[in-house]
Amino acid sequence: MGQSKSAVIRSDLDIVIARTLARDTAKALGFGPIDQARIATAVSELARNIYLYAGSGTVIVRELEKGGRKGIEIVCEDQGPGIANIDLVMQDGYTTSRGMGMGLPGARRLMDDFSIQSQQGVGTTIVCRKWRH
Amino acid sequence: MESLRIPILKIGDILIASIQVALHDASAVQFKDDLLQKIHASRTRGVIIDLTALDVVDSFIGRLIADIAAMAGLMGTRVVLTGLQPAVAITLVELGLELPRVITALNLEKGLSVLQRLTEERGDGAV
Repeated sequence: MGQSKSAVIRSDLDIVIARTLARDTAKALGFGPIDQARIATAVSELARNIYLYAGSGTVIVRELEKGGRKGIEIVCEDQGPGIANIDLVMQDGYTTSRGMGMGLPGARRLMDDFSIQSQQGVGTTIVCRKWRH
Repeated sequence: MESLRIPILKIGDILIASIQVALHDASAVQFKDDLLQKIHASRTRGVIIDLTALDVVDSFIGRLIADIAAMAGLMGTRVVLTGLQPAVAITLVELGLELPRVITALNLEKGLSVLQRLTEERGDGAV
């Protein structure tokens, strides 16, 4: 397991800090500018979800290496209300009053792997990865 | 929290705002309010929002820009978005945010001529 860094999400400013951390890490790993933008945008969506729905949480950015291939892993954790129906929130256009309805499905499309674990009243953990091509 | 203000420049009857730094949500909302106020106060015919310097446009900012264009349109002012980087265009479409109703141009110069054409056609710029 490679190096990891994290950003605490408590305000909308922290969303920018988290996505900058992800972009800088992606750049250092040798991702091209388009993948850097995909990764930074996905982190922006996920960090905003933490801010909007859980109030606070953490974004962890980790370097991956597997069989000589480099990648980046983003772990978003919160102790918020949890997601009642994951299938529903992964649908395009689904939103509660505060969201934009594209955060989670949009972030999934921008990354290679994407998984959600959530328990109501306990919190949500989202893990997503992108590999260098 | 100190709010970051995006400068909005007036040239003739056109407003130009070039977003040079990563916007957090509050400063983006501030920009929307400032721009709509300035459109009203200066009776502007057209607005160019230049995003050349932005390397990330997420769904929040994308949606906000679409809202600004719609709101300015209701006020009779056309908005042209210029300078989207290739990576930004790709991620916006992959995100599912194609901004179908926002007029765009490759760069500021082309944006100005698009705006000129749009506002001349209608004489007074009203939609």
